[in-house]
Amino acid sequence: MDSTALIAMVSIFTAGITIAIGAIGPALGEGRAVAQALSAIAQQPDEAGTITRTLFVGLAMIESTAIYCFVVAMILIFANPFWNQLSAAAGG
Amino acid sequence: MTISPDQIILLDLGFWALNATVAVTWGIMAMLTLGAWLITRRISDATEISRWQNLLEVLVSGLRDQIAAVSRQRPGRYLPFVGTLFIFILASNLLHLVPGLIPPTGSLSTTVALALCVFVAVPVFGIAQEGVAGYLRQYMRPTPIMLPFNIISELSRTVALAVRLYGNIMSGTVIAGILLSLAPFIFPVLMQLLGLITGVIQAYIFAILAMVYIASASSVRRGHESTSRSEENTNG
Repeated sequence: MDSTALIAMVSIFTAGITIAIGAIGPALGEGRAVAQALSAIAQQPDEAGTITRTLFVGLAMIESTAIYCFVVAMILIFANPFWNQLSAAAGG
Repeated sequence: MTISPDQIILLDLGFWALNATVAVTWGIMAMLTLGAWLITRRISDATEISRWQNLLEVLVSGLRDQIAAVSRQRPGRYLPFVGTLFIFILASNLLHLVPGLIPPTGSLSTTVALALCVFVAVPVFGIAQEGVAGYLRQYMRPTPIMLPFNIISELSRTVALAVRLYGNIMSGTVIAGILLSLAPFIFPVLMQLLGLITGVIQAYIFAILAMVYIASASSVRRGHESTSRSEENTNG
């Protein structure tokens, strides 16, 4: 197996694993946050505005970990530095 | 597949190339400035107002309310910066609906520039409010041991701010592109609608987080002063 095939294989495999594992944590965290926020709104409907705003900011913070994983996966597939180095070395 | 508007070269002069990010950014700025000028040119305080003036009033008063609720201070001094961030990011995210245009916030260069603006604005507002010593002292809170962690958090939240906006908008573009090649009939429209929601929420979150960072840097002496400030708020 030459190095081109190896790099392609490892990149695609790692990209899949990255986004798969990286989605688990934020999904669980967001589920917990939304559940807590809903029960808080059910108990104190007057505070719904404040709770919703804080919820959105918190969700964005939690979600950013999943976004980092997505960005890494996209880099591995579309902008892989090792791939570019290899194709430059091959004169491509 | 082009995943970044930086790769689209509109005009190449050899020594200088105009890419789509710069062109679309200037287009949005021109559109916003021209729109604001056209609306405020015929502004009136009569009971009948034009629908565009109504739009601007809703936007500005909504921004003022949100800023006041987050910072618990008067919104006036923060409105120009935070409001500009919100309106620019909102306009550029909504451009995602125009076929053939990739929003400039889908490029890492734009979002890093916006995050650097926040990075600079935090000490500027903090020093204006607290003075140099007061601003620097809050890096030492709660104990001087926390100094390196406070500095790291300052840097990492700037990176997070940039990558969050970039990742969300870029993922919308990439997913739309992938779906267009797989199921081009109805499904991309649904993802576009989802992208619309994401775009508005991300613009809101960017502005609110910028406000939270600025407010946390300029509220060291809160405590007993916050009550008198909120009274001022209700009076003025």
